[in-house]
Amino acid sequence: MRKLRVVIAKPGLDGHDRGAKVIARALRDAGMEVIYTGLRQTPEMIASAALQEDADVIGLSILSGAHNHIAPKLMELLKASGLSDVLVLIGGIIPDVDIPKLKEIGVKGVFLPGTPMQQIIDFINGNVRARA
Amino acid sequence: MKTVAETEKQRWERETLDPVLKKSPERAKSFTTISGRPIDRLYTAEDVQGIETHNPGEFPYTRGIHPTGYRGKLWTMRQFAGFGTPEETNQRYKTLLAAGGTGLSVAFDLPTLMGRDPDHELSLGEVGKCGVNITSLADMETLFDGISVGDITTSMTINSPAAMIFAMYLVVAEKQGADWRTLSGTIQNDILKEFIAQKEYIFPPRPSMRLITDIFAFCAKEVPKWNTISVSGYHIREAGATSLQELAFTLRDGLEYVQWGVDAGLDVDEFVPRISFFFNAHSDFFEEIAKYRAARKLWAEAMRDRFGAKSDRSWKLRFHSQTAGVSLTAQQPYNNVVRTALQALSAVLGGTNSLHTNSLDEALALPTAEAATLALRTQQIIAHESGVANVVDPLGGSYFVEKLTKDMEDGALAYFQQIDNMGGMVEAIERGFPQKEIAESSYRFQQAFERKEKIMVGVNDFVQENEPPFEILYIDESAAETQLAKLERLKQTRDADAVARALDRLRAAARTSANVMGPIVEAVRAYATVGEMCDALREVWGEYEETPII
Repeated sequence: MRKLRVVIAKPGLDGHDRGAKVIARALRDAGMEVIYTGLRQTPEMIASAALQEDADVIGLSILSGAHNHIAPKLMELLKASGLSDVLVLIGGIIPDVDIPKLKEIGVKGVFLPGTPMQQIIDFINGNVRARA
Repeated sequence: MKTVAETEKQRWERETLDPVLKKSPERAKSFTTISGRPIDRLYTAEDVQGIETHNPGEFPYTRGIHPTGYRGKLWTMRQFAGFGTPEETNQRYKTLLAAGGTGLSVAFDLPTLMGRDPDHELSLGEVGKCGVNITSLADMETLFDGISVGDITTSMTINSPAAMIFAMYLVVAEKQGADWRTLSGTIQNDILKEFIAQKEYIFPPRPSMRLITDIFAFCAKEVPKWNTISVSGYHIREAGATSLQELAFTLRDGLEYVQWGVDAGLDVDEFVPRISFFFNAHSDFFEEIAKYRAARKLWAEAMRDRFGAKSDRSWKLRFHSQTAGVSLTAQQPYNNVVRTALQALSAVLGGTNSLHTNSLDEALALPTAEAATLALRTQQIIAHESGVANVVDPLGGSYFVEKLTKDMEDGALAYFQQIDNMGGMVEAIERGFPQKEIAESSYRFQQAFERKEKIMVGVNDFVQENEPPFEILYIDESAAETQLAKLERLKQTRDADAVARALDRLRAAARTSANVMGPIVEAVRAYATVGEMCDALREVWGEYEETPII
């Protein structure tokens, strides 16, 4: 069976990458193929990485408060590239009031500080699209 | 049966401990600090044999740099703050000063920290979010409007564009009529920890280091009371380092700056006294105290013996500390008040020279004014009610603390040796050595947390379902709109030719070995923006891109 392919991306100007790295490693240890984009990715760069890497999942790590700008732009680009079925997750510092808005535009999971890694792994396994 | 070689501790273990252990075993097979360091059951005089003790105010300052501790002067209560527009942050500063804060500490937003103007593509959604946006001198004038910079000390958490932001502060001081020679404060200006941990770098390591030595040289002449660098372990720790790694990498960064200063022809005793440090105050109480005590000793000995510093001002390590942001939880946020109080107490018992206490809501957002005030009150309660400030180094002589201090010192020296063998910290960073060490520790902690070997109350144990709603400071997009409009107006009203000429002079200086501070001050006076000045240097020096290490 093909391994799940996950793009972990750090959009925006923020460099606090502890969360992105820990989740990248935990998903890898859980048997997934993880591509970590590194820092300062624009939505365009992330969409293009997802396309090139044939990603099943995109995980965004955002702690700076820029999610309301980055997520809508990324979701539009994914749609335009025919990648609407990629499972998009956000981890980081996200105010409660913003979570429904993110879910509305198609972000499937929002994970706040303190989430156990296993919960994210289970969420991915339970929600990723079925592939040939 | 008593053997000849049995020590007192062994006798105690045999006669008193063992029978008890047989009846009631301990809670765990082994006990470790939050950093994973094994901790013995008991420390006695046997553990500190051969460890020298010294008095406070005397070399190597393990027990503190002041003979009177906090009896003379309390630590500076310096609360880090900044958000939105300079106008909004200016108001917050006035509130903090009125509440008894004794110094300011500026938090900048990510566009400012990364040397990007609000109209840059990457600034989208980031303006004013994590701190205050400062685009040009005009914003700095607003930030300190009605605050006399000659009468306070200001710390500015700025690294890659430190020279530009500092130049703005100097010009504001000049306009307020303050004398540069008496101006006091700190710029973080620590690029090595950016490459290691926080990743807010712009230029490659070598030109970045040159920018820093230019600031050292400039300040030694023009702004002699300014702390030119705050060598920071805080971010290294937050990125997942252990307490020992924080200590070792930070001190070794400090040695690297001194070496570069010496190599640039500066006199050690002229610039080293202006170097200060910044440590994390994390949750493991005694390990943190040992870290601060070991830091002072390591620095004093390295300055005297490695660099031949003769002035005791070069030997004395002064440090700011901040409670651990990473320890704060979004769950049951009021628990954070207690965490912060304990962490702050460790910093005080470790002899911190200034302190920032985090607010209870910082795992959720930037703090509200009420939360920030409570954080300051926490320090005031420690200072004025607990009694711990009445005696110098009250934990000196504790078998445990003295042994842990020695272990931290030995561990740091081993790291120094390893990094020296690589050719220095810049080389070690280029090889990804500290980055890899931190990533390992960070993952190891995460695993211990997942296995519940390390407990975070309210997160992986003592969890509470259906927590009540909690009010946070919500930063909307109005700061971005305001700052963009101001930038547009600025570009119409300033003398565009003067800006272009100043930026040309900056580029020219960057190409030679001339000190770039003069040209930066001139560009600031012409109202060149942070983004324009950084772009000028990007053209000459290029930009750094890291190879990520997971």
